[in-house]
Amino acid sequence: MQPEMIQQAASAACGGGAFMTAFSVFVLAVFVGYYVVWSVTPALHSPLMSVTNAISSVIIVGALVAAGPALMNTSKTLGLCAVALAAVNIFGGFIVTQRMLQMFKKRK
Amino acid sequence: MTAFLYLAASVCFILALRGLSSPVTARKGNMFAIFGMALAIGTTLASPHVQSYGMIITALMAGGIVGTVIALKIKMTALPQLVAAFHSLVGLAAVLVAAAAFYAPEAYGIGVQGNIATASLVEMSLGVAIGAITFTGSLIAFGKLQELITGKPLVFPGQHPLNALLGLALAGLIAALIMAQSAALFWLIVAVSLLLGALLILPIGGADMPVVISMLNSYSGWAACGIGFTLHNTLLVITGALVGSSGAILSYIMCKAMNRGFLSVMLGGFGAEAAKGGGKAAGPKKSAKSGSAEDAAFLLKNAGSVIIVPGYGMAVAQAQHAVREMGDLLKKAGVNVRYAIHPVAGRMPGHMNVLLAEANVSYDEVFELDDINRDFASTDVAYVIGANDVTNPAGKNDPKSPIYGMPILDVEASKTVLFVKRSLAPGYAGIDNELFYRDNTMMLFGDAKKVTEEIVKAL
Repeated sequence: MQPEMIQQAASAACGGGAFMTAFSVFVLAVFVGYYVVWSVTPALHSPLMSVTNAISSVIIVGALVAAGPALMNTSKTLGLCAVALAAVNIFGGFIVTQRMLQMFKKRK
Repeated sequence: MTAFLYLAASVCFILALRGLSSPVTARKGNMFAIFGMALAIGTTLASPHVQSYGMIITALMAGGIVGTVIALKIKMTALPQLVAAFHSLVGLAAVLVAAAAFYAPEAYGIGVQGNIATASLVEMSLGVAIGAITFTGSLIAFGKLQELITGKPLVFPGQHPLNALLGLALAGLIAALIMAQSAALFWLIVAVSLLLGALLILPIGGADMPVVISMLNSYSGWAACGIGFTLHNTLLVITGALVGSSGAILSYIMCKAMNRGFLSVMLGGFGAEAAKGGGKAAGPKKSAKSGSAEDAAFLLKNAGSVIIVPGYGMAVAQAQHAVREMGDLLKKAGVNVRYAIHPVAGRMPGHMNVLLAEANVSYDEVFELDDINRDFASTDVAYVIGANDVTNPAGKNDPKSPIYGMPILDVEASKTVLFVKRSLAPGYAGIDNELFYRDNTMMLFGDAKKVTEEIVKAL
């Protein structure tokens, strides 16, 4: 048997393929998100929004892979543009979040 | 190893959100998020896929500098439009990454060009469609918040059928792409989604922006998720799901705070129709009592307790610093000063909290609707500045009103209501506020900042 086939048979036996694994992770992550976000204090909803905005730019991971090859082609160009856009978001999002959070102080 | 580090990054993101449960732990949370992001980027750069560094570093630096400059310069009152603009970038980045995967599927191990696995194509189409909708939708939201386009709902006949048609076309195109795998179809999907994104947000009015901006926040997460599925990257799936559910919860909270269904917000047009009906409902001309800054200062100084109710008008007038100054003077005079914030005050969730924090108001003086609403009855003066609809008693006792059922701040229960406003014009919901004509209400006409500064002087 080919290694791929063994793998497929094994994953089928364990209850699903690559999609099911990703989907299970997805569903569990939605639950984690649900409970964690409900515990965020309403006063910090604006920073919540800007920090989630910044972390959703983790999409840069996909962009970096596209921009990775040594040879210039369509995909690399698209990847580089995406890297730059996501970088704006990452830096901008984290800095603005930090600026906001620094203002939340308790005065004596 | 890569998978392990990606998992660590995901955990950092979860801890970051967890940190936001209190202002004390929030800054540490943000540091976790930054660390997680650095970990994710570093891990990817170290992977064998990445061979050329020069251009990547240049792109990273260029984007990083632009982002840093914008984030350092932006005024806190312009926060909603900044967040909208940032959402649009995530959307566009998702489109570009999906396109890159379409042109070079072998880099992600999802097939070869022209023969991409069906499941990957479905995931890719969904990712790119949500990304494109997020992109143009956020641009429109940005335009509305920046007042480049009118904040009024833009409605035209046949709008909803057209959107439904575009949605169907989108589904058809995705099916066609799975069969033919042609680049033309891919870009057609992008084009239709871009159009749909703009059309979906255009009919939604300014007052509904907190919902819109939360929803786009959610979309940007789902877009990242879609890309994560396409690329078999669990980090993207987890992060996308976190962001997606966060935005969804915020949208839900905002809708509930306005007693409106998500669908009715999305269908848009709110405010436009109400304005027509509201004029008539106002009926015969009633008279409102108005006072001067000195009158207000006298009332405030002699009060035992004051609750300040800020709204979007305070942000527009940049009055938060003057308000804090007034609060300080009152506290020195022995008055118990607190702030009450309605969930939909302002243009994004938590907008007022940030502005008050910027003006150095201690966060333990700032209360949410449910925590303070009962206290208005035992309060001497409610100082309403730049808020309107969120105090309108019609939300409680006028079943015909468009805002009926919306939880409101019971300012009318306090002994005196000081209402800072430019005129008697209705607020964003376009309806009259009977509070203006009550005996215990005193209107302070003028710019929110000027009026407050005059009161400060009189104190």
